Amino acid sequence: MAKSMVAHVNGSIGRPRHRGGTAKVAITVLFLIIGLLMVLPFLWMLSASFKNAAEIFRYPVQWIPAKWDLYNYRKVWLEGVPFSVFYWNSIKITFLQVAGTLVTSSLAGFAFAKLQFKFKEAIFLVYLSTMIIPHQVLFVPRFIMFDQLGLVNNHLGIILPGMITVLGTFLMRQFFSTLPNELLEAAKVDGAGYWRMYWQLSLPLTLPALVTLLILAFTWHWNEYENPLILLRDRHLFTIPIGLRSFMDENGTNYPLIMAASCSALVPLILIVSICQRWFVEGIASTGLKG
Amino acid sequence: MNRTEKSKENLAGYLFILPNLLGFAFFILLPLVFSLILVFTEWDYLKGFEGLSFTGLANIKRALHDEMIYKALKHNLIFSVASVPSAMVIGLLFASVLNKFVYMKSLIRTLIFLPYMSSLVAIAVVWRVMYHSSEGPINAFLKSIGIAHPPGWLASPDWALSAIIIMTVWTYIGYAMVLYLAGLQGVPKELYEAADIDGASGTKRFLSITVPLLKPTSFLIMVTLVIMSFQAFAQVQIMTNGGPMNVTNVLALYIYTQAFEFRDMSYGATVSWVLFVVIFAVTMIQWRTQKKWQNQW
Repeated sequence: MAKSMVAHVNGSIGRPRHRGGTAKVAITVLFLIIGLLMVLPFLWMLSASFKNAAEIFRYPVQWIPAKWDLYNYRKVWLEGVPFSVFYWNSIKITFLQVAGTLVTSSLAGFAFAKLQFKFKEAIFLVYLSTMIIPHQVLFVPRFIMFDQLGLVNNHLGIILPGMITVLGTFLMRQFFSTLPNELLEAAKVDGAGYWRMYWQLSLPLTLPALVTLLILAFTWHWNEYENPLILLRDRHLFTIPIGLRSFMDENGTNYPLIMAASCSALVPLILIVSICQRWFVEGIASTGLKG
Repeated sequence: MNRTEKSKENLAGYLFILPNLLGFAFFILLPLVFSLILVFTEWDYLKGFEGLSFTGLANIKRALHDEMIYKALKHNLIFSVASVPSAMVIGLLFASVLNKFVYMKSLIRTLIFLPYMSSLVAIAVVWRVMYHSSEGPINAFLKSIGIAHPPGWLASPDWALSAIIIMTVWTYIGYAMVLYLAGLQGVPKELYEAADIDGASGTKRFLSITVPLLKPTSFLIMVTLVIMSFQAFAQVQIMTNGGPMNVTNVLALYIYTQAFEFRDMSYGATVSWVLFVVIFAVTMIQWRTQKKWQNQW
């Protein structure tokens, strides 16, 4: 990234017709407006969440509410099954899924990249061939299996399958493959075991890859909707997306209240993504994978 | 390498992949096989595994004659054809301007990227209210600029699918832009300098250098977004739940309703394999045409 930035700067200095000054300021302003338009639905949501039913659809839109009424938020966070429960469930489930993904993907990625064992290629091929299968195919059989095992309406039914991903395994294998074999050969001569080769030698070198996988796994799981929708029934087990969904169903046309719930679901995520935007952008750009 | 060492490495390899392999076998491979079995059975879900009875090709025949599947497929195709190219064109335009011609690049990038990173459920909940046909802010705005009879959006059979597509494009743009920005880093500057000497205009340079060089990036974005759009579910389920009059019913939603609302597990599984076949076919067609594409320039 840094290197290409330098190259970029040099390139534009060397060019005879480089743009700068007023034109660049004007384009910047134009794109700030476009950027603002892109987040306009979020701004509308935010301002609507402080209003009441009479004010919410008033036009022209009053972007800054006349008074910052927290009534809607009080209802969202303090009454019934409050949003704090959804947050706790989401945090717990996502944390375990992401941690599990990092462990299983890096262990298997290392073995697929650096160790020789029987049927390695065959097993990996089976892994890869399942990548083209849409996750919808797994919903029905998993539901039936989990129903028999008592994993329906149970967080484990979401956490356990979330702890392994074929994509994550594939990514880690690619990253481990870039490490030179001589490194491991030398360690072997020194009498290092396979665990030490993995834990002390290889893993520290793949730290950037682990960060990428962490970001990706977080985006895969935090917003997950279908699995919890199918598998969870009790409201106190709900994660943020299906908690919000149930909130919307129950409150029908109480739009300000629904907007306060959406805000409660979105604002922390938006803050995290904005603060760590470089990591998210690089994570997605470097792998080209959908969140 | 001697024998004991080889078997040691063998063992180590299996131990390293064990947690992953167990999860893979149990949560992916086994369900896949089971799902295939379900296609050829009828499943009375209340009776447990005893409720499983073999019915041959009945589910497949039913699917072939199910008009709703063809309808849903058509909606998926419209969805894909409308959303993917528009998101790609806008994403490319944004990326190429952002790449050179603006200050505060990372701020603007973040603003455009935020919808993609947000929870689709929350976004759909918000847009659903904004699309409100009589009072929502979108129609209030349209009326204020002189459109006396703005579309009924989600409530209108003519507009509901477009409304969902517009919202989805809004989320796809950030994804396309971020990947194009990464792709632009790989375009060698010398090419532009050569074009400068030749006196090529900005637009010409864009069309004759940038666009062709970004073809691999475009291909990646296209394949990913097409797959994503064929799996569209959350926004549809929340904004219209397939309605009005099924004009927004898509395959992923149809699978869900069959399996989990009508509790017809076997048929839900059958339709999910239809979705697989469709996605597989569409992806293969893209791979094939990519080769021709590549040679055209």
